Amino acid sequence: MSITYLEAIREAQYEALRHDPAVFLYGQDIATFGGAFKATKNLSKEFPGRVFDSPISEDAMIGMAVGAAVEGARPIIEMQFADFSSVGFNQIINQAATLYWRTNVPCPITIRMPSGGTAGSGPFHSQSMEAIYAHYPGLVIVTPATVEDAYWMLLDSVTLNDPVIYCEHKFLYYHLKADQIGERGLPIGKARIARPGRHATIVTYSAMVHEALRAAEELQLDGYQIEVVDLRSVKPMDTDTILASVARTGRLLALGEAFPWGGVTAEIIARVSSEGFHLLDAPPMRLNSKDTPIPYHPNLWKSHRPTTATIAAALRRLLRY
Amino acid sequence: MFNVSLAETTTCSETDLTVDFRDQFLLTYQHMLLSRVLEEKLGSLYRAGGRIVGGVYLGKGQEAFSAALGVQLRKGRDIYGPLIRDQAGRIAFGEPIIDTVRTYLGAVTGPMRGRDGNIHRGRPKEGHLAMISHLGSLLAVVAGGLFARRLAGTLKDSIGATSIGDGGTSTGAFHEGLNMAAVEKLPIIVSIANNQYAYSTPNTRQYACANLVDRAAGYGVEGVAVDATDLAACLKVFRAAVARARAGGGPQMIVGSLLRLAGHGEHDDASYVPDKARKDPAARDCLAVAEQFTLDHGWMNEAEVRELHEEVRRNVDQTFSKVSKEPTPDPFKENWQALSSADLVEGQHEA
Ligand SMILES: Cc1ncc(C[n+]2csc(CCOP(=O)(O)OP(=O)(O)O)c2C)c(N)n1
Ligand SMILES: [Mg+2]
Repeated sequence: MSITYLEAIREAQYEALRHDPAVFLYGQDIATFGGAFKATKNLSKEFPGRVFDSPISEDAMIGMAVGAAVEGARPIIEMQFADFSSVGFNQIINQAATLYWRTNVPCPITIRMPSGGTAGSGPFHSQSMEAIYAHYPGLVIVTPATVEDAYWMLLDSVTLNDPVIYCEHKFLYYHLKADQIGERGLPIGKARIARPGRHATIVTYSAMVHEALRAAEELQLDGYQIEVVDLRSVKPMDTDTILASVARTGRLLALGEAFPWGGVTAEIIARVSSEGFHLLDAPPMRLNSKDTPIPYHPNLWKSHRPTTATIAAALRRLLRY
Repeated sequence: MFNVSLAETTTCSETDLTVDFRDQFLLTYQHMLLSRVLEEKLGSLYRAGGRIVGGVYLGKGQEAFSAALGVQLRKGRDIYGPLIRDQAGRIAFGEPIIDTVRTYLGAVTGPMRGRDGNIHRGRPKEGHLAMISHLGSLLAVVAGGLFARRLAGTLKDSIGATSIGDGGTSTGAFHEGLNMAAVEKLPIIVSIANNQYAYSTPNTRQYACANLVDRAAGYGVEGVAVDATDLAACLKVFRAAVARARAGGGPQMIVGSLLRLAGHGEHDDASYVPDKARKDPAARDCLAVAEQFTLDHGWMNEAEVRELHEEVRRNVDQTFSKVSKEPTPDPFKENWQALSSADLVEGQHEA
């Protein structure tokens, strides 16, 4: 028996629905069809009247979730692709994100965003939106990289009394498997040392954790031990764990799949530079996608995002300094 | 459920069948056939695997409705914003099929140069806008082109046209775009292919009015409903709508009823569509209907139809074999710049 990252997301929603009658699911094609990626397979059968096909109306979908949350519901909203959440952007950043701060009424909604690139998906089905949402106060942004985190962090997101942007990486849906879901891991807000090391630290999240681990394997052949920190949630960002790692290694590579301007990797560098400058033996580095929309053709797509090879090359430069 | 529509469906009668009409019918039928054969080839390449990366989205069953609009437009004069299921309309508008093939295969020689793929293609400067995925968002863009022309005094009798599905009408962008076009009284055709499904979702989960065309009154625009499997009726409706728009009658909403005869994409077997829906007259294959109409009226005979099929197949095969020898993008030769102002493009910072 094994379970994929995608199945873990389904199982977590099953558990959330089973555990709490206030939970309902709203999204395009998620009822009978079970969702474009089958993340809600059979849930409408198992929980009649609690899983709904929505119209193609992202703005209204999020607005509706906010209203429902005020009344005590705990909706999980599925965006068919993270990219389409841009259509619900206003409701997310102005309605959901400000509700608690303005009115003292919390907004426990979970917005599931199938994120990140896969070959052939092109500029509108590949985006990573975590940095955009992290910029706004009032939102929690989680980016699970493992089957275990996919499961437990989704359950934690639903029980959290704040709006959570749950970024699930499409590249991991089928590729990533575990023997079982495993015990509850760390809470939201705590980073994880995915691989211990001494010579340099990669801080990353989501699917890039796996590319980072492969690059670390590659550098081990040259005798380098690379530490990989999986942020798990990009907001809140676990600065203590990052600084502790950099204190051990003296070198930092911030790695992300998203566009290069600003964003999560820039935030990592800013925090380490301002709070841990004395820990650094080399200028901190960052590696992101290129500064163009995400290309369709696999030849271009593979060069647009960081890969094991480009991460390894960046690490070698970092270690040479 | 409300199933009674206020809408009258326009049909075609024998008196409509002038020589001119017949010529347009036959031309449109050829576009439809080319579209069908091209898409069948795309579907089989997808199933064979390897050559096409990403999805394949077909307009099977929607060729009549799509091409009947495209054929009214004049490339270079009008602005066309086609969507997912408009292969036939694009051909009718004048897009060469090699653009489709190059875009699906990601050839650098194509209009999208491997940067974007499949249905996400166009040549904006030829009036063929390149759709993004976000549904509903194209309408306002077509409107903007017309608005600018009117400002510049170059609008003359040019018009815009764009299409959408039943599901896409649920977006705020569609509403905003249509309302704005109506307020600005722009000459735009908004064609809604109500194929009863948005991916797996039946249209009862998209709107609560009896027929989408009933919405036209709310926007203050002209609305006409048509059986989208009937090419003759579609031609009649779009001809009239285009004439009204060119004459200053403002936005025209055309709602066609049909059934999507393919999956949402070729990855989808559409098993959620019940047999009952497939047996309904709305599920007729518009291409077969048009072919029969041609034969019945003696506009072509069986041998001519067969010959046309052969010719179209040869054309499609030749196009694929030509494109398959063309280069795919090389990341080292690619110009990784998203700005036209080259001097403002930032370098890569990670190095
Ligand atoms: C704003 C937005 N949300 C979601 C999607 C994902 N999506 C792509 S096509 C589609 C269904 C479209 O249905 P419809 O508009 O009826 O067109 P049809 O596919 O039937 O031609 C959906 C949900 C999208 N493209 N844009
Ligand atoms: Mg539809």
